[in-house]
Amino acid sequence: MTAPKRTPLYDLHVELGGKMVDFAGWEMPVQYPMGIMGEHKQCRDKAAVFDVSHMGQVILRGENVGEKLEALCPQAYATLKEGKARYGFFTNPDGGIMDDLIVSNAGDHFFVVVNAALRHQDIPHMKANMEGVEVTEIFDRALVAVQGPKAEDVVGDLCPAARHLKFMETTEADIMGVACRVSRLGYTGEDGFEISIPEDKAIEITRAFLAHADCEPAGLGARDSLRLEAGLCLYGNDIDQSTSPVEASLGWAIQKRRREEGGFPGAERIQKELAEGPARKLVGIAPEGRAPARQGVEVQSPEGDTIGQITSGGFGPTVGGPVAMGYVSADHSAAGETVNLIVRGKPLPAQIVALPFVKQNYKR
Amino acid sequence: MATYYSEEHEWIEVEGDTATLGITAHAAEQLGDVVFVEQKDEGEEFEKGDEIGVIESVKAASEIYAPVDGEVIEVNETLADNPASLNDDPEGNAWIYKIKLSNAAQLEDLMDLNGYKTFIG
Repeated sequence: MTAPKRTPLYDLHVELGGKMVDFAGWEMPVQYPMGIMGEHKQCRDKAAVFDVSHMGQVILRGENVGEKLEALCPQAYATLKEGKARYGFFTNPDGGIMDDLIVSNAGDHFFVVVNAALRHQDIPHMKANMEGVEVTEIFDRALVAVQGPKAEDVVGDLCPAARHLKFMETTEADIMGVACRVSRLGYTGEDGFEISIPEDKAIEITRAFLAHADCEPAGLGARDSLRLEAGLCLYGNDIDQSTSPVEASLGWAIQKRRREEGGFPGAERIQKELAEGPARKLVGIAPEGRAPARQGVEVQSPEGDTIGQITSGGFGPTVGGPVAMGYVSADHSAAGETVNLIVRGKPLPAQIVALPFVKQNYKR
Repeated sequence: MATYYSEEHEWIEVEGDTATLGITAHAAEQLGDVVFVEQKDEGEEFEKGDEIGVIESVKAASEIYAPVDGEVIEVNETLADNPASLNDDPEGNAWIYKIKLSNAAQLEDLMDLNGYKTFIG
């Protein structure tokens, strides 16, 4: 086993009292002394800084990069305008999801962010399937997310250009004299930014964000409860090689032209499911009472038949109770349906609910 | 009255043949924010090593294992409405059960405070 890698912010995490754990081969803070509950609320109420440098940052250069990405993803990347970012996924020939990602059109290149655990898969996948495109993985930049209703002030005080971005817009801008890529997006359901920073300035700039009275550090624990309340999928939990984007309720991320034209891996299954509906669907599940139902818990119909499984579940600090997502058969997927969750051998009543659990607060 | 500690991070305060049982401050800190406690009912009997409850934190679920044989004679009902009290006062008001001991000799297998402090390092 190789030792976990450290991000450019490692020393700062330790200094701030971060509880470090191995996550996808990286030594990352799961929480700071404030605790997951406090960090979660900090992000919903004010602003929180997350180190997401473990994610893969990739630069694509060449002719018609967007068109070539369309051969790997069901998104309309050929028409992605300069300065815009778009959520998407690589699909496999069976229509499953290989990874989810964010693609930004940075003008003279495309900037792609992929999951930490799948860097080793995604980089060769792009290299092998995008002829004439130079695929460069970036190892010398940190990626820092500033999220929450006060994120605009935290980032905008140091980077006025950030204030002018709308949700899913991206720009290159100076922060404390350093050229950074600033994108208005994130994975918490809140307004916020992800900022790609040269590694030697990462701690200095992150400290400057944290110097703002409304900003505190938050770890992976809060990141997980925030994204779950926001109804956002976690690769490896809620989506994987076997789940199609339609099953995962990610049909919204497949633009109209691509739905009609196809021409991406797994188009046959995905177009069929778009037209006829999938056999199972990822839904929000709200357990009654206070007991959380976690990943792997079986979902049963009131008659006692197995109808699915929870893929992400825990306690939602903003909701103030347990929250979960999971796959259930389509005939039980309507909001309001009653189901039972088998927690420690006992049926726990729950309701199928619309996602997200907490209203998304994006600046559109 | 004497207090004993288990390797599963419970404390048990013994008075005659009854005892109060809870989790240690060290355990509570490791668990993080507690959001739910599943407890046995009054009158239930258990043996040493049995799972006698579950504590759910934001992070994960952790079982409570019986440090001795016994019977639940009182359940701390306040934990249902205020699970977070396990973070605030785990060795005081946030006790989990009062139990009747059925084999007091088992207490000898547990640690005293100094032993527990050494155990957790």
